[in-house]
Amino acid sequence: MSLDDLYRRVIMDHYQQPRNRGQIEDGSITVDLNNPTCGDRVSVQMRVKNGIIEEAMFEGEGCSISMASASMMTETVKGLDVERAVYLVDLFSRMMQGEEIDTEEFPLEDIEALQGVAKFPARIKCATLAWKALEKGAKESAN
Amino acid sequence: MSQYIKDFPILDQQVNGNPLIYLDSGATSQKPFKVIEAVETYYKTMNSNVHRGVHTLGSRATDAYEGAREKVRRFINAGSTQEIIFNRGTTTGLNLVASSYARENLKEGDEILISPSEHHSNLIPWQQVAKVTGATLKYFELEPDGTLDLNKAKAAITDRTKLVAIAQVSNVLGTVFPVKELAGWVHAKGGVIVIDAAQSVPHMKVDVQDLDCDFLAFSGHKMVGPTGIGVLYGKEALLNAMEPIEFGGEMISTVGLYDSDWKELPWKFEGGTPIIAGAVGLGAAVDYLESIGMDTIDAHDRHLVAYAMERMGELEGVSMYGPRKDRTGMVTFNLDTVHPHDLATVLDAEGIAIRAGHHCCQPLMRWLEVTATARASFYLYNNESDIDRLVAGLKKAKEYFGNVFR
Ligand SMILES: Cc1ncc(COP(=O)(O)O)c(C=O)c1O
Repeated sequence: MSLDDLYRRVIMDHYQQPRNRGQIEDGSITVDLNNPTCGDRVSVQMRVKNGIIEEAMFEGEGCSISMASASMMTETVKGLDVERAVYLVDLFSRMMQGEEIDTEEFPLEDIEALQGVAKFPARIKCATLAWKALEKGAKESAN
Repeated sequence: MSQYIKDFPILDQQVNGNPLIYLDSGATSQKPFKVIEAVETYYKTMNSNVHRGVHTLGSRATDAYEGAREKVRRFINAGSTQEIIFNRGTTTGLNLVASSYARENLKEGDEILISPSEHHSNLIPWQQVAKVTGATLKYFELEPDGTLDLNKAKAAITDRTKLVAIAQVSNVLGTVFPVKELAGWVHAKGGVIVIDAAQSVPHMKVDVQDLDCDFLAFSGHKMVGPTGIGVLYGKEALLNAMEPIEFGGEMISTVGLYDSDWKELPWKFEGGTPIIAGAVGLGAAVDYLESIGMDTIDAHDRHLVAYAMERMGELEGVSMYGPRKDRTGMVTFNLDTVHPHDLATVLDAEGIAIRAGHHCCQPLMRWLEVTATARASFYLYNNESDIDRLVAGLKKAKEYFGNVFR
């Protein structure tokens, strides 16, 4: 097990300079999730119009993996339709279980750096937290 | 104390290519051969249900189970085995006191007094009692170093205080709280004291008669015993007046169609088939700890904490929480801006197991103004060289994150 598999430079970059961190002024949906076993907390906000996620932002506290993953997630889902976003959440959790992901289907970009998390079972929950929040928010927007 | 390491088979292994250094005994301790073998022998030679069968195995199991109760009684110097209730652990014991004693005896206008440093299991039950009975939940004021000021604590206990609940040793700060003094003050006002001894009984001599506590709860798994077994001590008169909260087999005397009555103590609080193998293992754990001596263990654990605080204090960027002295069992800390989970992962790669997170103490985390901390906790099988490895690991983590953060 090599730490460098986990702490890739891109991850530390997102951790230190998170993208889309803050609040949406007219955010229509807010989902707060925490990981009760470790105390990580994330609040994902999204504005959905006509089934499209126009804006996604997050706030929270946690380790480098959870915060970097949240940052990458908001970058990825902006502009996607809700169904596609929910589908990506599924792909992402499968990737965290160690499954190979078809990059034609899911252009990973920075997220690729999170693949190493699969080798650290104790940290998978950190990486999936913000995506779980996204999924919940996306499903709420459909109601 | 390094001679005891060989008693713990689990410690003899490599984790991630390094010899395992287990610094998470505050969460659960490791188990010596003696305990593992006692459980195995029980299952191999005497397993059967207790207090039921007329057959030979039945009486062997009963003797082993009740024998363990006597060992525990002697270990904490309770007056009688009637005062020793076996259950699942600290959480279950505290919940029994809350659901039975406190719900029956507290009412609006009464106050429950606890510390902001309590583990969730000695906090939420009292929140629930307050909601149900209308009693008010109040908190002691902690000093900045995580101790109680004796004068303030004494003044906080008033005629309204019907119940004080506090850990004898905090599982985050390591503070040893003055429970004997608190017991005296709360008794003078007519209330009772409930002690969470999860982190004290494993590390020091606890004498319930000397403390004069009304209730005291602890867990076998933190004192080299098996998981799934714990103890609630309660004063006989209080336990006698309390109603059980679990009803069924084992705890009844006579059962009618519409009414039943209960066995005598302690069995009235042990509904269902008890945790027989767990109790037997706990008895072996008590024997093991006594063979070393609780005073020896106490001195060792306090020494390790002092040594760790000294060595870790030499590292730049380490903040440690809790008092400088009168503490045992653990050091809780943060390193620069490295998140404790990230720190724990780096140390794990070195074979060093520590805990990271809120340690089931969310209100205390808020009081400390942190979201999470790292904790290294120690026991009889740890020694100074483990702490040296920890310090080396911390240096490595500093370097590692120093580089990736750049
Ligand atoms: C101070 C304190 N109280 C209560 C508990 C709960 O113990 P258990 O989980 O064995 O019921 C713990 C253990 O985590 C503890 O450290």
